[in-house]
Amino acid sequence: MHRTARVTFWLTILCVAVAGCGGHYPQSTLAPRSDLGLSIDHLFTGIFGWAVGVFIVVEGLLLFTVIKFRGRPGAQPPKSIHGHTALEIAWTLAPVLILVVVAVPTVRTIFQTQAPAPAGALEVDVIGHQWWWEYRYPAQAIVTANELHVPVGRPIELVMTSADVIHSFWAPAVAAKRDVIPGHTNYIVFTPDSVGTYTGQCAEFCGDSHANMRLSVIVESDSAFRAWVVDQQAPAALPDPKSLAGQGKAVFSRSACIGCHMISGVSAGVIGPNLSHVASRTTIAGGEFPNDSLDLALWIANAPDRKPGSMMMRMNLTPADLQAVVAYLRSLK
Amino acid sequence: MSERTGWKSWLTTVDHKRIGLLYFWTAFGFFLVGGLEALLIRTQLARPENHLISAQTYNQLFTMHGTTMVFLALMPLSVALFNYIVPLQIGARDVAFPRLNAFSYWVFLLGGLFMNLSWFVGPLFHAGTLSVAPNGGWFGYANLTERQYSPGPNIDFWLLGLQILGVASLAGGFNFIVTILNLRAPGMKMMRLPVFSWMTLVTSFLIITAFPVITVALAFLMFDRFFGTHFYLTSAGGDPVLWQHLFWIFGHPEVYILILPAMGVVSEVLPTFSRKPLFGYTVVVYSGVLIGFLGWGVWSHHMFSVGLGPIADSVFSATTMLIAVPTGVKIFNWIGTLWGGQIRFTTAMLFSLGFIAMFIIGGLSGVSHASPPADLQQTDTYYVVAHIHYVLFGGTVLGLFSGMYYWWPKMTGRKLSEPLGQVHFWLTLVGMNLAFFPMHLIGLLGMPRRIYTYPAELGVGNLNLVSTVGAFLIAVALLVFIFNLWRTRTRGEIAGNDPWGGATLEWSIPSPPPVHNFDAIPTVHGRMPLWSEPEKMKQHGPVGHMHVPPGSIWPFVAACGLPLLASSLLTHRLWLVFVGGAVLLVGIYRWAFEPFEV
Amino acid sequence: MSTGHHTSLGLDSRKIAFWAFIGSECLLFGSLISTYLVYKGKSLVGPYPHDVLNIPFTSFSTFDLLMSSLWMVLALAAVQRNDMKWAKVWLLGTALGGLIFLGGQVWEFSHFVREGLTLHTNLFGATFFVLTGTHGLHVAVGVLWLLTLLVRALQGKLTSANAMTVEITGLYWHFVDVIWIVIFTLVYLIQ
Repeated sequence: MHRTARVTFWLTILCVAVAGCGGHYPQSTLAPRSDLGLSIDHLFTGIFGWAVGVFIVVEGLLLFTVIKFRGRPGAQPPKSIHGHTALEIAWTLAPVLILVVVAVPTVRTIFQTQAPAPAGALEVDVIGHQWWWEYRYPAQAIVTANELHVPVGRPIELVMTSADVIHSFWAPAVAAKRDVIPGHTNYIVFTPDSVGTYTGQCAEFCGDSHANMRLSVIVESDSAFRAWVVDQQAPAALPDPKSLAGQGKAVFSRSACIGCHMISGVSAGVIGPNLSHVASRTTIAGGEFPNDSLDLALWIANAPDRKPGSMMMRMNLTPADLQAVVAYLRSLK
Repeated sequence: MSERTGWKSWLTTVDHKRIGLLYFWTAFGFFLVGGLEALLIRTQLARPENHLISAQTYNQLFTMHGTTMVFLALMPLSVALFNYIVPLQIGARDVAFPRLNAFSYWVFLLGGLFMNLSWFVGPLFHAGTLSVAPNGGWFGYANLTERQYSPGPNIDFWLLGLQILGVASLAGGFNFIVTILNLRAPGMKMMRLPVFSWMTLVTSFLIITAFPVITVALAFLMFDRFFGTHFYLTSAGGDPVLWQHLFWIFGHPEVYILILPAMGVVSEVLPTFSRKPLFGYTVVVYSGVLIGFLGWGVWSHHMFSVGLGPIADSVFSATTMLIAVPTGVKIFNWIGTLWGGQIRFTTAMLFSLGFIAMFIIGGLSGVSHASPPADLQQTDTYYVVAHIHYVLFGGTVLGLFSGMYYWWPKMTGRKLSEPLGQVHFWLTLVGMNLAFFPMHLIGLLGMPRRIYTYPAELGVGNLNLVSTVGAFLIAVALLVFIFNLWRTRTRGEIAGNDPWGGATLEWSIPSPPPVHNFDAIPTVHGRMPLWSEPEKMKQHGPVGHMHVPPGSIWPFVAACGLPLLASSLLTHRLWLVFVGGAVLLVGIYRWAFEPFEV
Repeated sequence: MSTGHHTSLGLDSRKIAFWAFIGSECLLFGSLISTYLVYKGKSLVGPYPHDVLNIPFTSFSTFDLLMSSLWMVLALAAVQRNDMKWAKVWLLGTALGGLIFLGGQVWEFSHFVREGLTLHTNLFGATFFVLTGTHGLHVAVGVLWLLTLLVRALQGKLTSANAMTVEITGLYWHFVDVIWIVIFTLVYLIQ
């Protein structure tokens, strides 16, 4: 019993240490930051507790048995016991009872977490693509990608589908996971409780760059969120035609870019992410690379090289043109 | 008596013992291939942002690792034991349909070769790469596997290869059902059947009912990819989730197909090395049967993130938790077998004990998966990878090793070295726990599965490194085992009929058994004939003419027809249909009308 | 190995194997039929079932297949009493019944194609043709099997000693018939 107590103690310390170190584990499921995350975490903690208990008892029993009954030379042959009905009943009922104790909160949590969104929830339509995430805010008429801005303390309703194959939206700290499936609409309803940036990624194998389909949920104060909305709703920045960015806009407008990307007032492509406010994002290429001039240049020059299987082709731009386009994109705040 | 040496005798063999050995060596070979694939995966994942292996190759590696291990290694290793041991345990001279048995083996071999050929034939398909190995995951979810998103021949190799292998499994399933039901020795009532044979029976029923479902699922995918149908395509109103339902209706019984034989092994090994009967034989048997039935009602627990709705989620959660009960009951009965016994820690026993210890862990993580909200954080992460490897490696593989050490002397006449066996066991136990235990945490810390790399910021780099070390330790353990196999051929201790003091009929005959198995088929009066009436079980030399079926080449010929048929679709050559069909028909007709002594 | 020896259940092993096979086939057809039902009414474009299915015509083929099961029963009875003359007649009759059924299917399917219903037209086309095509393939295998027995009989190599083989042939044929009745009911009659 002494040993058991000590084992449990250190196990708990380990879990707490891991859970507490949310800062070092940005995608941890053990540091929930929303009502949904907390419900799940609460349920899991209960199940985990039972699992540890059963583990200790059963493994302990096994260990005890093989030590106590190890064969000794010259010992009497053991008694032939074929069974024991009362024991059978006992060790059938005990697991059933434990499972009922697990099942009841499970079913309750299922219905709780899959309830329809409350009135006043912020709706964001999530569309999975190979290999990036599209977000459309219908009430605000905003379209963006990969980085999901939401206000803290307000219910969020994600209305999700896929444009191509099955993906899975996984934001461990706040939204758990749900598959996005072509032809289906799935929902996640959650209320984030802490300001912060919480990363996640696609969790359903979806092809070559499944590993490179990142996302982040940026939970901000109500005022910061509203400011972000206003910025996103503004038309795309119009650079001075004589500036480098202005030249970049001209290059953009006559290149293949316009076939896939939308910049309000400039191009109407819907295959790739909307770039109207691309400079307001911290990452590019499905959350893969930092959104800075160098990475933008490398990406535009040779996307398939940077991201296996990428549908964005290599853009054969002269170095000058490339520099200009990058400057233009950097101006689209 | 037919010619018994030379490669022709092996090509035409219909002897269940030889077929068992063929299965063993082929399956073990594929196990090593799957293991190599695992080592490459683990090497790539040992450090974050590693670029040892490209994304495309990685996706092929994890697909083939899963497919190989499930269909080409674990299932056939179980079948190797079914083949060799079941007729001996039930007191039969062979299986019910010896040529069908041979056919199963050849189809398995050819199917496995067909699928693995894909690693090398890229140039034939103008692929631009050497390899066009399957790359859609072992579970091949639509619509990623549709022609639009997987244009090359990779998925075609996968679906056609699996269809071929399915034929082998089905044929074997029918054979063992009839063998166990109809060829038992006089007096061997069903409730006197050794548990390993019982589990073989349940597994065989699962095979013949589950494989038709995946056959249909694969057929639909084949029609979508080759003939323009829309079974899984939304453009015509189809639904990719249909694939998941069909696949998992097969897939869940499949995991019981994978674990029940190993549970059967443990149920034999534990009594022998505790010197006591199995505790609760009736319960162990019935729980196996119950698991077989209940296994049909849980499939959507693989789909908790699909959005089936709260009612479906709740129902499948309940059925999944329910199935934990008969599983747990077995564990308690095994402990009950050990209790009060005189335990001998032979290698076979160690592996069975290891099975129990590891399966408990795998079972517990399984229970956490059974809760849909909790599963929403676990599914598709390394937490699941931990679970499946604890039950499939810690469970099935350890159980199969136990069976190998236990029955090796019966099959070859020599015992595997015990000291080397102990090294193999401990290295394996440590290695597997190092490899798979951290994965629970890796998953909970946010690493999804099926990704070729991960960023350093995730913070799981060191845990992944530990896991990789564990994987290599498993590989070292395997080398020890291979060395043991090789060394035993010439230097293994000669085993008599009964090196372990076993209770069941296979221990009453020489090691290895004569081609006719039993001189006189014994009559049994209990579950443990060698313990309860050892004198009556002694063999006294052949009695009269022993009916032993002659060899036949036609099962092999017929088997060859199947990859030819598959290739016709793969290469878009209609004439191969006629050639393959002709080979198959000729094989079947010659087989059917072959003069065959009954 | 499978006749004349002691067997635990007192049954011929081949018969047990065949019943196991039928169980397996039930899962095969069950999956195909379930998919048909799940996708029923979900086609986005026509032709739809009521546009093309011809109940009177298919009722006739159903009747033909049912009759062929009767000829099969008579064939088995003939073999069992070693009346090889009538055995050949009834075996031929069964095979012909199967061929007529298949001929009807060919006619029906080509009619559908002309009406614009193919494998890739819509979900109805896909599920219908794969389901009935799989069944038709089973009938074709059965016809081949029956003709093989007929040839053996004509060669004088089929006698009452082979009654078990013919009985199993009958089991197969009746099973294929029963599956057709299920398909006819679910696909044609209940639209």
